Amino acid sequence: MIEVEGLTKDYGARRAIDSLTFNAKQGEVVGFLGPNGAGKTTTMRILTGYMPPSAGWAKVAGFDVVDQSLEVRKRVGYLPETVPLYTDMTVYDYLKFMADLRHLENAEERIDEVLDTVHMLNRADGYIANLSKGMRQRIGLAQALLHKPEVLILDEPTIGLDPAQIIEVRSLIKEIGRERTVLLSTHILSEAQQLCDRVLIINKGKIVAEDTPERLQERLTGSQRAILRVDGDADGLATLVNTVPGVLRTTDQTDGSLEFESAPGNDVRAMVARAVIGAGFDLTELRPVNISLEDIFMELTREEPEPPQMSDQGLDVTEEEAATEVEQAAE
Amino acid sequence: MRNIWTVAKREYKLFFISPVAYAVAFLFLIILGWVFFSGMVEAIAYSTYYSYAPTVQMVLSPMVTLVLFTLPAITMGSISKEQSTGTMELILTSPMRDVELVIGKWLGCFLFMLTLLAVTLVYPIALNMMIDPGIDQGLMVAGYAGLILMVSSLLAVGIAISSLFSNQIVVFVVNLATVLLIWMVRNVNSTGTSSGLGYEILKNLNLVDHYLNFYRGAISLVDVTYFVSLTALALVLGTVFVESRRWR
Repeated sequence: MIEVEGLTKDYGARRAIDSLTFNAKQGEVVGFLGPNGAGKTTTMRILTGYMPPSAGWAKVAGFDVVDQSLEVRKRVGYLPETVPLYTDMTVYDYLKFMADLRHLENAEERIDEVLDTVHMLNRADGYIANLSKGMRQRIGLAQALLHKPEVLILDEPTIGLDPAQIIEVRSLIKEIGRERTVLLSTHILSEAQQLCDRVLIINKGKIVAEDTPERLQERLTGSQRAILRVDGDADGLATLVNTVPGVLRTTDQTDGSLEFESAPGNDVRAMVARAVIGAGFDLTELRPVNISLEDIFMELTREEPEPPQMSDQGLDVTEEEAATEVEQAAE
Repeated sequence: MRNIWTVAKREYKLFFISPVAYAVAFLFLIILGWVFFSGMVEAIAYSTYYSYAPTVQMVLSPMVTLVLFTLPAITMGSISKEQSTGTMELILTSPMRDVELVIGKWLGCFLFMLTLLAVTLVYPIALNMMIDPGIDQGLMVAGYAGLILMVSSLLAVGIAISSLFSNQIVVFVVNLATVLLIWMVRNVNSTGTSSGLGYEILKNLNLVDHYLNFYRGAISLVDVTYFVSLTALALVLGTVFVESRRWR
């Protein structure tokens, strides 16, 4: 549904994206991940026919984005990063305008449907100027869904939404992604992990990694790691764990727990547990550490050779944490 | 065609909730009202001494001046505001040709100005009732036809300039400068004795000269062609400017 080959865009002397090549099949959710200014928005703008590439080509739903721009635009639903709304119109009038531009026959029905989908039916007659950021985001999404597009391109779709809405929008995207193609950009890594069938990590205009979230994790996991916690005094714990055969290294964590590493495929947790309990410690926690997409992302996009400060609980990010991330981003 | 109408309809409706349009209508109508009132007072005073009847030109000539100065305010936001608020991204990624956007925007403004001009018809009608044997209707039809053509071409120029910049004030100033330039282009020398090809070209580019024939009651193909071509040229340029945005 989306085919991109050697796509390049220059803004004057600055190269925003540098020969990108990727594709997305029907029924696939592809995540675009990258730091600010990596070229995510530029790529999306080219795919939606907003601007032409400097070199290379892209096809959406089988049509060239430059030569058959109108055909592409008919089939794409697009939510830009800055949600484009006419603040001097009511929600209904705005959607009616968009429906008219897309020549929808059953405009009223569809507007009610999409407003129901984004839970904004009760604000249909309100002016867009009076809506909160999250509500505007939802209207922007409604606009993108209006004509049941074959390809949905969403630039940071969950930004500004509250946690409940984030979960809703994510499940909505998942549902749409079952039949149609979704390309979304995000900087919330847990979101990419949850939503996407495939993740493209892009940095400085180039794709630095492309795989399923799971396989990306496997690729970067050089060792198996686990966290160990005991109740009370932990003196001598590190020394003890180091004597267990198979343990390569231990690291004291700031919260008093201990992380230990072993070679991949060599699970030493049972032996460590036995040794710890045998030595009289009160074992309260023993859990594996999965390397998260965050770690992969930092690994792939960092510029300085020294490793960045990482979270000491590198577990899957929960919904609450995602919400905090969103709030921080909104600030 | 359908997209043009969709855009024009939105643009037209927007004028009735926008303060700019109300300000322009206010300025237009209050000044016309004043000019009409003082003109009538003067005519009544004169009529004691001579046989004198005011013509419809007493409303037409201030309207020409008003149009030149207020039209830039009508069109200044049309495309530049789309650019500054980011809705241009929505418009340019919707299945609509750039030319349809430009013509739709122009048509919306044009319909609004037609509405405003229709309101000003109250003065010729009032004049018609006050003087005997009524006004010269040919003069009125020609005068209004010329005015409509002039408004059409000036709005097209305004739309084209609006698609160049995203700052509305810049658009207003550049538009005013352009309009003044095509208004005054003939006045290269004050004695009015110039001749030659250059003078002929400048003279024919001049906006007001072409309007003057309508003002005197004559509708000629040359003048109609001038205003229609100016409208078409400006709309084509506007489309080129919008397209060029994509390449920037």
